[in-house]
Amino acid sequence: MSIHSKIIATKQTIIPIDVLSQEEDVVQIKEKMNKKIRHLFKGSLAIREVDAGSSNAEEQELTALANTFYDSERFGIHFVASPRHADMLMVTGPVSRNMARALKKTYEATPEPKIVVAVGDGAIDGGIFKGSYGIVGGVHEVIPVHFQIPGDPPSAKQILISLLSIIESLDRKGAKK
Amino acid sequence: MLLIILKLILLPLLAPLGVGIIRKVKAMMQSRPGASIIQPYFDLWKLFHKNETISRDASWIFLVTPYILFAISCIVLIAVPVFGKAEIHVPFGDFLTVIFLLATGTFFLALAGIDVGSPFGGFGSSREMTLAALAEAILIFTLLPVAFLTDTTNIAMMAVLATNLSMISYFALLFAFLGYLIALFVETGRIPFDNAATHLELTMIHEAMILEYSGKRLALIEWANANKLFFFALLGANIFFPSGLTMYSDTMSLLLALVMSLFKVGVLLVVVALIESVIAKYRFFRLPDILLTGFVFGIIAIIATNAL
Amino acid sequence: MSSTLFTILLSFFSVGALLSLFWSQKKTISNLCSNLFAIAGSLTGIILGAFILVTQEVTSLIFVTGLPLFSLSLRFDMLAGYFMLIIGLIGLASSLFGMGYMRQYFKLYNIGLFGFFYNLFLLSLFLVVTASNGLYFLFVWEIMSLTSFFLVIFEHKHHDTIKAGILYFIMTHVGTMFLLAALLLLYGATHTFDFWQIRVLAGTIPDWLKDTVFVFALLGFGTKAGIIPLHIWLPKAHSAAPSHVSALMSGVMIKMGIFMLFRLFLDIFPNIPLWWGIVVLIIGACSSLLGVLYALAEHDLKRLLAYHSIENIGIILLGLGSSMIFFSLQQPVLAALAALAGLFHTLNHAVFKSLLFLGAGSVISQTGTRNLEKYGGLIKVMPYTALFFLVGAVAISGLPPLNGFASEWLTFQSLFAGVQDPRIGLRSLFLFAGGALALTGGLAAACFVKAFGITFLARPRSTESKEAKESSWMLVVPMGFLAVLCVAIGFGAGNVVAILEQVVAQFTLFRPSEIVAHEGSTVVIQNGFASMNMPILILTLIAVTSLVFLLTRWVSRKQKVVRDVTWDGGYTGLLPFMEITATAFSRSLVLIFKGLFQPTQQKKLEYIDANIRYFTKTHEINFATKNVFEVYLYQPLLAVSIMLTKKVKQIQGGNLNAYILYIFLTLIGLFFWARYF
Repeated sequence: MSIHSKIIATKQTIIPIDVLSQEEDVVQIKEKMNKKIRHLFKGSLAIREVDAGSSNAEEQELTALANTFYDSERFGIHFVASPRHADMLMVTGPVSRNMARALKKTYEATPEPKIVVAVGDGAIDGGIFKGSYGIVGGVHEVIPVHFQIPGDPPSAKQILISLLSIIESLDRKGAKK
Repeated sequence: MLLIILKLILLPLLAPLGVGIIRKVKAMMQSRPGASIIQPYFDLWKLFHKNETISRDASWIFLVTPYILFAISCIVLIAVPVFGKAEIHVPFGDFLTVIFLLATGTFFLALAGIDVGSPFGGFGSSREMTLAALAEAILIFTLLPVAFLTDTTNIAMMAVLATNLSMISYFALLFAFLGYLIALFVETGRIPFDNAATHLELTMIHEAMILEYSGKRLALIEWANANKLFFFALLGANIFFPSGLTMYSDTMSLLLALVMSLFKVGVLLVVVALIESVIAKYRFFRLPDILLTGFVFGIIAIIATNAL
Repeated sequence: MSSTLFTILLSFFSVGALLSLFWSQKKTISNLCSNLFAIAGSLTGIILGAFILVTQEVTSLIFVTGLPLFSLSLRFDMLAGYFMLIIGLIGLASSLFGMGYMRQYFKLYNIGLFGFFYNLFLLSLFLVVTASNGLYFLFVWEIMSLTSFFLVIFEHKHHDTIKAGILYFIMTHVGTMFLLAALLLLYGATHTFDFWQIRVLAGTIPDWLKDTVFVFALLGFGTKAGIIPLHIWLPKAHSAAPSHVSALMSGVMIKMGIFMLFRLFLDIFPNIPLWWGIVVLIIGACSSLLGVLYALAEHDLKRLLAYHSIENIGIILLGLGSSMIFFSLQQPVLAALAALAGLFHTLNHAVFKSLLFLGAGSVISQTGTRNLEKYGGLIKVMPYTALFFLVGAVAISGLPPLNGFASEWLTFQSLFAGVQDPRIGLRSLFLFAGGALALTGGLAAACFVKAFGITFLARPRSTESKEAKESSWMLVVPMGFLAVLCVAIGFGAGNVVAILEQVVAQFTLFRPSEIVAHEGSTVVIQNGFASMNMPILILTLIAVTSLVFLLTRWVSRKQKVVRDVTWDGGYTGLLPFMEITATAFSRSLVLIFKGLFQPTQQKKLEYIDANIRYFTKTHEINFATKNVFEVYLYQPLLAVSIMLTKKVKQIQGGNLNAYILYIFLTLIGLFFWARYF
């Protein structure tokens, strides 16, 4: 019982939505989404995170999305355990040679329609590992990428804002067509 | 007949709300707003509009299981009373039939888990069947005292007649309810038995079996689970706390009874979520101990019933 | 009419047996002969059984032989008719199956001899259920045991088969010994071997003698039925025999023990004491629970099925036992309900167990192994076998809407009725039995997820199962027939109950007016305490499932289905050995019930470099369970009997003079005995 009263007494420390409404510099590279998908993903977005050889910095930030401060779940964004259940692949890290194949298989295992987001500088072009013999390069060299979230690593806030604007931009793109 | 068709449409439509409520309460217990309670509807809608990726190793068992599972979860909902006396004439409303129907669903789901040949699916099935085998007995033994007190095994009838029970029989029903709660937790995959939100394949039970599903079939399975949760909540609410069920069949009292039922279900679900929030998941081989406790509760209730 | 049909049946089987032996050099003809005549005989059996059930006519035939006490007494009543129907149905399916199945043995074994014993075996089954003279009964019972023994050791080139056969031979004769003792005791009290005269005179038998007869009969028939702890021959013998013989043995032959238990305790003996029923109920509960648990630990397909026979015999005995208890308590309505449940389950078990054994046979004939771990993915190459096996698996797990559910439901209801008994001791007993049955149902489902899943689903684990093909129509059709029967009995459960009411009403114990209620297709128990309507349930299931299917099709009409490899976590490829195995599947249940199984686990690790223990070369885990009954019951028994035989050996030294002395001494002794006693 004491735990219940403690929970009730504790104030919520959630990040307010108006902070999240500012624009972040999401780089969009594919223009294939249409309006219907936006309707689909607006209220419910299932993310599968693929670590393609990152330094784990991005993972730390992504984990933070689900905590009580950022609480991505209130936007219907949640992480899932299988690519079969996912709508969005979040790929982190420069794709190492060992992970290239796994990444490709994950992409193939995800049912359409799907969005691929490269999170962090490493995923965009290799970052500090650029040109290393151990890596293949950015995520786009292995699978088609729709959005990029720069930063090394991008902060959790930045990722959340980007995610929201990605969902929004799906709509705007669709509206133009 | 009309009422049955109404229930067949209405109850599955309401069921995802139950999942939403539990998630919302759990989120609030974690000091965060969490997803809205209609989030499950969005999820289902999205899944119905996604393509499916199905393994090449999958046989027809994998393909038909979601339909069977969903159909069974709808059919068992018909058998549970929502209104009251107006719906006691369900030809398969016997509680054994309902429990075994649910077992049929689990049987097929476990087969589907093995079907694709993924190691995760296989051990998910193994664990699910282990728990289901032990849980079935609890469910039978906790509903049996109510059947004895009301002298019928028809679920709707049990609930209707339970409204007239004397206060003293509630002593027996209290134990039965405690046992039933344990059965509810294990059958719907709640903590401490299974964690529906886990991402770790090695700790999964139910999730491990459905890792391979996607698109509309995943939606059906998720929905069937929501139905199952709703079924157990409704059954628990209306069998053990039957006040609110109506003896009349005019529209007004039916509507009132429906609202009462839904209110009770809501309360029960909140209680479930509260319990779930404050306990940790148990080690797999500790689970039979809890199940045995539930079984003993059932036996105490039966003995107490006959002593009355 | 009955006698004419029975004569036809008799001649079909005899001609089949002789012709098969006559043409034993021409294997094809011999095989055809034996099975065609067996089919004809079985069909006659079905007609005869149905005829008796429809006309409800009781016919007795007595052929007096020159020998005293031994007369060929036959009696066709409802119970016999019901069992003849069962034998006929299973015999029909098995014989058709055998026609295709025996081909794999053409080059190896003597087909003619097999056909001879096979026909005699089927014939002896029909003779057992109609026999009504004790001595004649023992005679045909022995024919049944011996012919089945020869069928078990048919594959005599395997050492294990011979061992299993010998074990079966010993166990079944130990059982017969008890039966002989029981019958002689009855003769001592009533001076007749005729069952119906014994029934008339049963009131005059002293109580202690009746109790002894009960114990002996239970041991004797229980050995044949495979109750725990007399079950050890069953898994071995059933797995050694050719599959359609296993189907007959498991589906029908062990039911002969059940048949006689019903006959003796519900029909012949009136006024049974309460403790008889209690003993039967406890044995039933233990057999069902232990049977299914042993089945779970098994990874030999046919042995797994054999253990399930023990389980189902236990369920039938739950019905019989509660029926006996209710009768002792003067509650004939409940007694009739419980007896009906037991009889219904007898039919159901015969149908789905034979179906499963035939399915196993179909799989074994293609893959050449009984080891579950070598199967996998057979549903793609053997779609019909898989479908029919699935039907059997759902039915045996007692899941709706198939037949297994209907009879388990009735058994549950009769146990529930017992739980309401005011006496605390009986109530606890019925609670125990109900708990055992509830647990059994769940565990059986788990076990058949394993049996079906590991055999037919996922990917093939060996080259044999990869190269398997669908069996010929002769193997598939009988399976289909039995599968349809499973569905049909489930659908028409109400009608079967209606027929069984008549069968039960013919027991002397129950007066015809006291019958279980049924209204059309709805089965109603205890004035509406519980009711079940299978047709509506099945139709609703079908309707809702198709509705769901169509709605989903419509909602997601624009979405596509893409085929891809199984998600493997991004790994370079899943190999069949990574799939879950039968041992792994049941491991958690084995560990939960470790008091019973006493599992042992041995690990063997070999490292690539023993100094740096990071990389393993091989990793072997040995997971074994102990057969508690063999270790703690039969091995001590064996040790004692070997010790005794060694003692006896001292007076049996092989010295001829000593033997003559023994004979002489015995003669002297007999003279004295005759003179003075």
